[in-house]
Amino acid sequence: MTALVDSPLVLGQHSFTSRLFLGTGKYPSMDSMVESLAISGTQCVTVAVRRMQLGAPQGKTLLDYLPRDKYVLLPNTAGCFDADHAVRTALLGRELGMGDLVKLEVLGDPQTLLPDPIGTLDAAKTLVKDGFTVLCYTSDDPVLAKRLEDVGVTAVMPAGAPIGSGQGILNPNNIRIILERAKVPVIVDAGVGTASDVSIAFELGAHGVLLNTGVASAKEPVRMARAMKAAAEAGRDAFLAGRIPKKLYATASSPTSGVIAGE
Amino acid sequence: MEQAQLRITVNGEPRAVPSPSTVADLVASLGLRADQVAVERNKKLVRRAQHAETSLCDGDEVEVVTFFGGG
Repeated sequence: MTALVDSPLVLGQHSFTSRLFLGTGKYPSMDSMVESLAISGTQCVTVAVRRMQLGAPQGKTLLDYLPRDKYVLLPNTAGCFDADHAVRTALLGRELGMGDLVKLEVLGDPQTLLPDPIGTLDAAKTLVKDGFTVLCYTSDDPVLAKRLEDVGVTAVMPAGAPIGSGQGILNPNNIRIILERAKVPVIVDAGVGTASDVSIAFELGAHGVLLNTGVASAKEPVRMARAMKAAAEAGRDAFLAGRIPKKLYATASSPTSGVIAGE
Repeated sequence: MEQAQLRITVNGEPRAVPSPSTVADLVASLGLRADQVAVERNKKLVRRAQHAETSLCDGDEVEVVTFFGGG
């Protein structure tokens, strides 16, 4: 029996056998989140840094639902529109999580949630210098992706489509160019809508996929999480297996010689 | 004699705390555990180890944050 192995995805000091990363936002309930994360097989989940609600009775917090021996936490800098804000948020996230991973986002505009390339680059430089393992949300611009790699981010994370838009990989050509030139892992992050989007990302050669809305806002998040797990494995295996080329004309699958005489 | 107070802002809301107070005092008065939260004072992170040593001043802007669900 052939052994079908894959290497783990290494990000800084972390080594992951699951290449699917899930967010923890927008679930209809904590139970739904807990079940979805579990069935997806993910080992690393994003979390946001936000003001504590003061005055309300302190019940369970998010951390009570994310056992540290099961999930590596990836604090994000969502909601930050300039580099300083993102850096401050990253510092708070590190203080909370006691880990050095950060998903860096510096947004350029609230409607598209596209990254601000200049703010992203500035914040990336500062955080890399401060010892963070930076996984950097970016657009599918191959030039920016390379610049971010050059300043030392551990992974570049190009969006397939706008955050939460569910449109899938809008520009596979740019993702392929980024993959061809990158010397760091490339994790497609944002815009994933359904299972086939995940498979497509892995078939292009992506090292990982990060998604949130596609599962959390599905009609059945747990079922979709299961689908995403299967899609990730299918896409990754298909990529490693080496697909056949696309041809204009047919090539028969059955022998062309030895055919019995015709009429 | 009434204890003096400091007028600070916590998470964008005005708050009066006794003078003197440290960050540790504030966290405790909010009914929170230091390991559940991270604190910024005037846009600078205050490490947990320094909560008890960091005094609050009149006009301080404090952020008390934790993790929430997010993508």
